[in-house]
Amino acid sequence: MRHSRKLLALLGLVAVVAIAAVGWLVLRPRGPADFASGTRVELADYREGDPTGVSPRLAGADLVMRGEYLTRAADCIACHTAPGGKPFAGGMAFPLPFGSLYSTNITPDKDTGIGGWSDEDFVKALHEGVGRDGKHLYPAFPYTSYTLMTRSDVLAVKAYLFSLKPVRNRPPASDIPFPFNQRYLIWFWNGLFSPGQRFQPNTGQTSEWNRGAYLVEALGHCGECHTPRNLLYGLSSGRKFAGAIINGWKAYNITSDPAWGIGAWSDAQLTDYLSSGHAEGRSSAVGPMGEAVENSLRFLSEDDIGAMTAYLRSVPAIRDSAGLAAVPTPPAQVPAAKAADSGGSGQSLGLRVFEGACASCHNFDGSGAVSVYASLAGNRTVNDAAAVNATQAILQGARLRTAHGEVFMSAFGTAYSDAEIAAVLNYVTGRFGANTSAIKPDEVAKRRTATMR
Amino acid sequence: MDFERRLNVRKDGTAGSGVSRRNLLTAGAAAGSGLLLGFYLPQAIGAEAAEAATADVFAPKAFVRIDRDDRVTLIMPQVEMGQGTYTSMPMLIAEELEVPLDQVSLVAAPPDDRLYTNPLIGFQATGGSKSVRAMWEPLRRAGAVARVMLISAAAQGWNVDPTSCRAEKGEVIHGPTGRKLRYGALADTAATLPVPDNVALKDAKAFKLIGTPAKRLDTPDKVNGKALFGIDVKIPGMKIATVAACPVFGGKLARVDDSTAIEIKGVRQVVRLADAVAVVADHMWAAIQGLAALDIEWDEGPNANVSSADIVRQMDIASQNPGIVGRRDGDVAKAMTGAAKRVEAVYQVPFLAHAAMEPMNCTVHIQKDGCEVWVGSQVVSRAQATAAEVIGLPLERVQVHNYLLGGGFGRRLEVDYVTQAVRIAKQVDGPVKMVWTREEDIQHDIYRPYYFDRMAAGLDEQAMPIAWSHRVTGSSIEARWLPSALKDGLDTDAVEGAAEELQYAIPNILVDYVRHEPPGILTGWWRGVGPTHNIFMVESFIDELAAEARKDPVEYRRALLGKSPRAKGVLDLAAEKAGWGQTLRQGHGRGVSVQYAFGSYLSQVAEIVVSKEGEVRVSRVVCAVDCGIIVNPDTVKAQIEGGIVFGLSAALFDEVTIKDGRAEQSNFNDYRVLRINEMPAIEVYLVPSTEAPGGIGEPGTVGVAPALTNAIFAATGKRIRKLPIKDQLRSA
Amino acid sequence: MVTLQINGNEHHLDIPEDMPLLWVLRDVVGLTGTKFGCGIAQCGACTVHIDGRPIRSCVIPAAGLADRAITTIEAIGETPSGRKIQQAWLEVEVIQCGYCQPGQIMSAAALLASNPNPSDADIDAAMSGNICRCGTYQRIRAAIKQATQAA
Ligand code: FES
Ligand code: FES
Repeated sequence: MRHSRKLLALLGLVAVVAIAAVGWLVLRPRGPADFASGTRVELADYREGDPTGVSPRLAGADLVMRGEYLTRAADCIACHTAPGGKPFAGGMAFPLPFGSLYSTNITPDKDTGIGGWSDEDFVKALHEGVGRDGKHLYPAFPYTSYTLMTRSDVLAVKAYLFSLKPVRNRPPASDIPFPFNQRYLIWFWNGLFSPGQRFQPNTGQTSEWNRGAYLVEALGHCGECHTPRNLLYGLSSGRKFAGAIINGWKAYNITSDPAWGIGAWSDAQLTDYLSSGHAEGRSSAVGPMGEAVENSLRFLSEDDIGAMTAYLRSVPAIRDSAGLAAVPTPPAQVPAAKAADSGGSGQSLGLRVFEGACASCHNFDGSGAVSVYASLAGNRTVNDAAAVNATQAILQGARLRTAHGEVFMSAFGTAYSDAEIAAVLNYVTGRFGANTSAIKPDEVAKRRTATMR
Repeated sequence: MDFERRLNVRKDGTAGSGVSRRNLLTAGAAAGSGLLLGFYLPQAIGAEAAEAATADVFAPKAFVRIDRDDRVTLIMPQVEMGQGTYTSMPMLIAEELEVPLDQVSLVAAPPDDRLYTNPLIGFQATGGSKSVRAMWEPLRRAGAVARVMLISAAAQGWNVDPTSCRAEKGEVIHGPTGRKLRYGALADTAATLPVPDNVALKDAKAFKLIGTPAKRLDTPDKVNGKALFGIDVKIPGMKIATVAACPVFGGKLARVDDSTAIEIKGVRQVVRLADAVAVVADHMWAAIQGLAALDIEWDEGPNANVSSADIVRQMDIASQNPGIVGRRDGDVAKAMTGAAKRVEAVYQVPFLAHAAMEPMNCTVHIQKDGCEVWVGSQVVSRAQATAAEVIGLPLERVQVHNYLLGGGFGRRLEVDYVTQAVRIAKQVDGPVKMVWTREEDIQHDIYRPYYFDRMAAGLDEQAMPIAWSHRVTGSSIEARWLPSALKDGLDTDAVEGAAEELQYAIPNILVDYVRHEPPGILTGWWRGVGPTHNIFMVESFIDELAAEARKDPVEYRRALLGKSPRAKGVLDLAAEKAGWGQTLRQGHGRGVSVQYAFGSYLSQVAEIVVSKEGEVRVSRVVCAVDCGIIVNPDTVKAQIEGGIVFGLSAALFDEVTIKDGRAEQSNFNDYRVLRINEMPAIEVYLVPSTEAPGGIGEPGTVGVAPALTNAIFAATGKRIRKLPIKDQLRSA
Repeated sequence: MVTLQINGNEHHLDIPEDMPLLWVLRDVVGLTGTKFGCGIAQCGACTVHIDGRPIRSCVIPAAGLADRAITTIEAIGETPSGRKIQQAWLEVEVIQCGYCQPGQIMSAAALLASNPNPSDADIDAAMSGNICRCGTYQRIRAAIKQATQAA
């Protein structure tokens, strides 16, 4: 058993190298915004205002405040905070198919954090994905995006992190087995998948678009979740933002396709969603997207959200019913007859669970009794015939800090059985969604243990 | 709580006493006006009984007062937590006193163990389905004596023979002349008369109130929001506090940074206790926000790694050795060797939270030389004692105001939350109301013990049991809560329902108890107490034996109940009403249980359906009850209905599991309570009886789990030996 | 400053923006009939009416409720459906400890107001969010049906 595993690993290694060589020719990395027409220039040569740095309203702020804005835009806290742990103190687990990675402590603690790092160390990590010890970092750390950041923005982030209280916390060492622990392999990988260069504005696009590109690609690293990965764990350049499944959650298609992406969303819906986590009749952010809104997007200025919207609108449509995370855009309203359904006499298991555990917040007609975030009608999550995010929201709950306090959904995973959860999913998608799901209890059981794929 | 045995109480459940009737009552003038009647609740606990017999016991406090304006006031030692004592107790007085029920009002008794002890428990407590059983005779006697005295007073005034007078609807009537006088007009005179001896109580046949469904007296204020529970207390200048105790049982507070919390608008103060932190604020919201904003470091202590799996493993090991004998008939070991067949099984029930709807709370105001406590408690005198101890005050300086309880279920037999509130109040200037969040309430409950029971039976050629052994392994509540109740180390509660009360005629019986305490986890009374777990084990195992014998479960039980006609009676009634024996559709099943507990006999038949996915739905529960004389039949039915719902929630869904030394459940999203759309139809049938009254608050909870799991066996062939059922039927 | 209309009275309140209505009612306005049971919209003890619809006050921020008509258990008896429900509750002897009952009554009154003749399924849909730990469900169902008969 152990023997065969080693053999397998070796074969894997050979395959990786071989594919890498061929891949180089085919896949050569391109800038993430290269889909757009126009000419790309060095930042220094761009004349339409600076698309990098902080939002104009912070232009006069001190370095630490600017760093805070950028740190939020880059959402460092999301990965560098363990559940229940201290912010930025690391220790969050990234379960991979072959082992676990743990995020590092990026507070300025000298022993366990980055307190001893020089500017060069820090820049090298963000731009090249190389740690202070000279070893390559695993690309779970999105340096492939951060590499686009300007050096001054990187140093502003560092200044902010160094302004924090040092926290002593040594996260567990990663347990990545051979051959994946052969970090020099990442060098090949970087050749394939890291642009390895700073952001280049596009003179053929508006300054707003350029600002959006910088926010989405360099800081927001949206593609890390929303772009499917290829066999080598690199982002699939041909399927940019087509959607993917990550940690058991769907990161939806956010291309401009009207049926499968966000093409049919109004600007107001998009900006509402990004800045508050909710777009009326479209979606409420749950799971990792909820965290992204809570930790990052809701702090961005209106201009910056507008710029991101403008940029997202330009991403080529991918009409994709077969994608892992494909969810069709629903009718904007639930048909009246469906909404009026009082449940009838069926007394199905799904209805029973819904009445008891769900209706208090979501309202019996799905309109959302206590908060707009709880409205189900038109929501992408209930339009998903695979009910992926709905399953996770029920299992794990959801929580989102907004400008007006926290909205939350309790976790129902432990007290409700697989059969009950499957039943309520099928009931909810059937009653409020575009397509009725047909989830079986076994599928719920599987999703309970979903890890990064 | 099997205090009966300890107190030498008659088997019929009433409180017998060796104290002469002469000492039972005293009478005198009420302060200002009217008749004041003190009566003595017989106490059988040696030293305390002697103390109780001293004269000052009856003065100046008393139990019943009749005012000049006709009002009858009962100083009520039993608390109201939904079980209807605020109606059943006045009924007892009113019956003998011959007054309409609405003429009786209640005042909650202050803490005083000498005056208000529940004779079946040993101090001032409400629990164990013991209110009617304890008060049944004393309250009627008080009413009867008052009636006789009022009649005498009237007869004296009219100068007629008292036997020519009668009492009716709050008046004394002279039969021959039809002259009438209201009680209020007679109270002053009556107060000067000697207390009569040997007053005869009414014959049950003459009862006018007892046995009729009386409207509850506490409910009108409960439909309009006026009723005040402990959590509703408002004291001028009061602050609100909420608290977080160390999530790991037995852990301590190491350090807390409150700099962010204290900035929150409305937050006033952060109070540090040895094992907890409290945020004191203007309102609960600020307190909750403040608590969330604290940066707390716990010293998790020795239990930081305790898990349910470890606890069960240790119990399994502990249960291998013999325990303290709770009942021994014949020679089980010998009978087992001679048996034609041996059957064995292990049964387990989980830790359970009470989850009373009203979260734990307590309001305290400490002043220079005294302390006031506002609380809903089943044990007011203990609440008083803990406050006095924490502050270092004599008892009489602590005033406790008891409020309505938003559910007790045994949780409010504890005073941990009172102790904690007083500790917080010690650091706060002015009155403070401590309110637990639901999360705190579930994670720092004092849980129903985990029980790990080994059952074994030896069967004869006809597959009837000739030997029965039942070993209970679990923590001892009595050892912590009332050590004097232990009998040579035997926790009588832990074996209640399994030992003496076992109704089946089996020649050789051995019931023993192994005490095993889970590290750091406190366990306490939970509705149905000992019998709730033992009847599950006994009634499931007897069902296994019936299945082994290929006999009908009702028939098998009947054959063993020859010596217990009342048990057989309820069994037959439940079976008949449930249509036992009628065929059911595929996937449906019927199961039965029969029990004797709290002085009452019950039998339940549950009807269930199991879906293809293994989901159980309980469609109907039929319950036959013989609880002796019934005071308020509607309350009896309500208590049985509620008890069944309580038991069903637990059987279907509930458990508190421990991981890393802490409870994993936190609120109603993960600690489920049966909802109206999961509700079976419940039918309760009462057996008319002239036997002494039995308890009724808890029995309904007791027998529903085995009726349900036996029904599951009938439907699917799967035997549930561990609660909750949850998704155990998934693959069935 | 927020102005709330509670039981027909105007209250000017200085409260945090995210403060749930439940705590405003109980701890600021002093209306303690509305109960706290869970704080996560799972038990229904805190149910009040907002423009006649039953809402869990423990999770709805009060600040957003200016100009909306808030009705609590203290005033529900002034509405026809509330009065009928309270009456039926007493006649059927629904109540045990009573703690959940303000919430039950508010949910039931809202049901009756919108549906004068609810079926069992309607009752389930309207009442399943209200937990009663004392287990009074059977009588709740009976009382709602009785209330539909009341004049
Ligand atoms: S307190 Fe609001 S639903 Fe429980
Ligand atoms: S009556 Fe006690 S919780 Fe419902």
